[in-house]
Amino acid sequence: MRKKVVIIGGGVGGTIAANLLSRRLDGRADITVVDRQGKHFYEPGLIFAMLGGVDPAKLWRPERTLLRKGVKLELNEALRVDTEAKVVHMEHGPARPYDYLVLAPGARLDPSAVPGFEGNAHHFYNGPAALALRTAIENFEGGTVLLGPASIPYKCPPAPIEATLLLDAYFKKHKTKRPVKFRYLSPLGRAFTIESVSPVVEKLFVERGVELSTFFNVDSIDGERKVVNSLEGEEAPYDLLILAPPHRGAKIAEDSGLGGPGGWIPTDRATLRVKGHRDVFAIGDATDLPLSKAGSTAHFEAPVVADQIAAEILGRPPKMLYNGHVMCFFETGFGKGMVLDFDYDHAPKVKRPTRLAHWEKLAFNRMYWATIPTARL
Amino acid sequence: MAATEVTPLPTRVVDARGSFCPGPLMALIGAIREAKVGDVLEVWSSDQGSRRDIPFWVNKAGHELVALADEAGYTRFVILKKR
Repeated sequence: MRKKVVIIGGGVGGTIAANLLSRRLDGRADITVVDRQGKHFYEPGLIFAMLGGVDPAKLWRPERTLLRKGVKLELNEALRVDTEAKVVHMEHGPARPYDYLVLAPGARLDPSAVPGFEGNAHHFYNGPAALALRTAIENFEGGTVLLGPASIPYKCPPAPIEATLLLDAYFKKHKTKRPVKFRYLSPLGRAFTIESVSPVVEKLFVERGVELSTFFNVDSIDGERKVVNSLEGEEAPYDLLILAPPHRGAKIAEDSGLGGPGGWIPTDRATLRVKGHRDVFAIGDATDLPLSKAGSTAHFEAPVVADQIAAEILGRPPKMLYNGHVMCFFETGFGKGMVLDFDYDHAPKVKRPTRLAHWEKLAFNRMYWATIPTARL
Repeated sequence: MAATEVTPLPTRVVDARGSFCPGPLMALIGAIREAKVGDVLEVWSSDQGSRRDIPFWVNKAGHELVALADEAGYTRFVILKKR
């Protein structure tokens, strides 16, 4: 009997895993990607949409065009996994049986977790929100811009800091009626989640005149008074509020009893198998691994999952384990940026932003479609 | 500060051992969000940064660090939610 591999989610991780499995198994297994919309989004482009440089409508490609011919694509919403019966229940049609299941459904934005978030806080974590923020920026007359994450974890840890620095550069070019002041709220005792990079960010904040407030955990937003209240009992006033929204693990994980605290899937850090389920794997933002929730993480995890599954089907020992490798870009404005390269045991080392890293980021934005989902890189 | 016989029994134990900074602090903050005033939370952390971050945050947020005890390979923080 041909083995059935079902992959939930046609994002970075799911797509790369499907293509690598198809290449390695060459017709010896049925590989199916289940995706609700069949659209593959390049989410890192959204931050540039808030400044008008990128049209969110152009940040996606049809998933079918990114998958190898041998991979089936089912346009459906996967609702629930029954790990006993080894089937995935779908919104439409019959349940889909699997021998191996790969969960790559991503993270879920959960604005309702912070009272007052909706209607008062801007963000750039989807196309419509990025466009609404763009309008707010264009109409901004000055005052305090308040930024930060609403809670941890959230997708792309540098993003709120990048937004701060890019907007600072923007408002130094585009004059407003009143002066613009930036304040950054960090839930931790430092500016950035990764300790080794935080001093570089804090130095940039000092140079650019960004006020940093540490140990500020957003509790609620009062839209009438235009203040953010913290769990620590402080208030931060704003004229423009931009927060990474609260995130949760995927609904399918929680509805299937596979979600741990916050809905994140308890995942083995080396094999990427879901704990307690030998034939279920997890990739990307959905896991509970102590790593950045970023496309890069999924990009480096997918080959490990593909190797584990292909080796088992072919009756050979697996060759790869995941070492926590992540490589991500960190834009700092004025044509400069940084590259953060790290794994479980090695913290990223950066000294200062460079022009080279910014150009690498621009090149990556262009090369993404041709190289990443197709697993050429 | 040391664990004594008067340390109250915890309402909830948060085992954050093996997670790195900022893991244990964020696990505590998550638990505080869910707890009621008067609840006692116990956090276990093997991360050295927690010894600095957790007492500082507990004080700033207006709660009380009831006890801090060194165990084999980890530190145990007992926190009373006061507001």
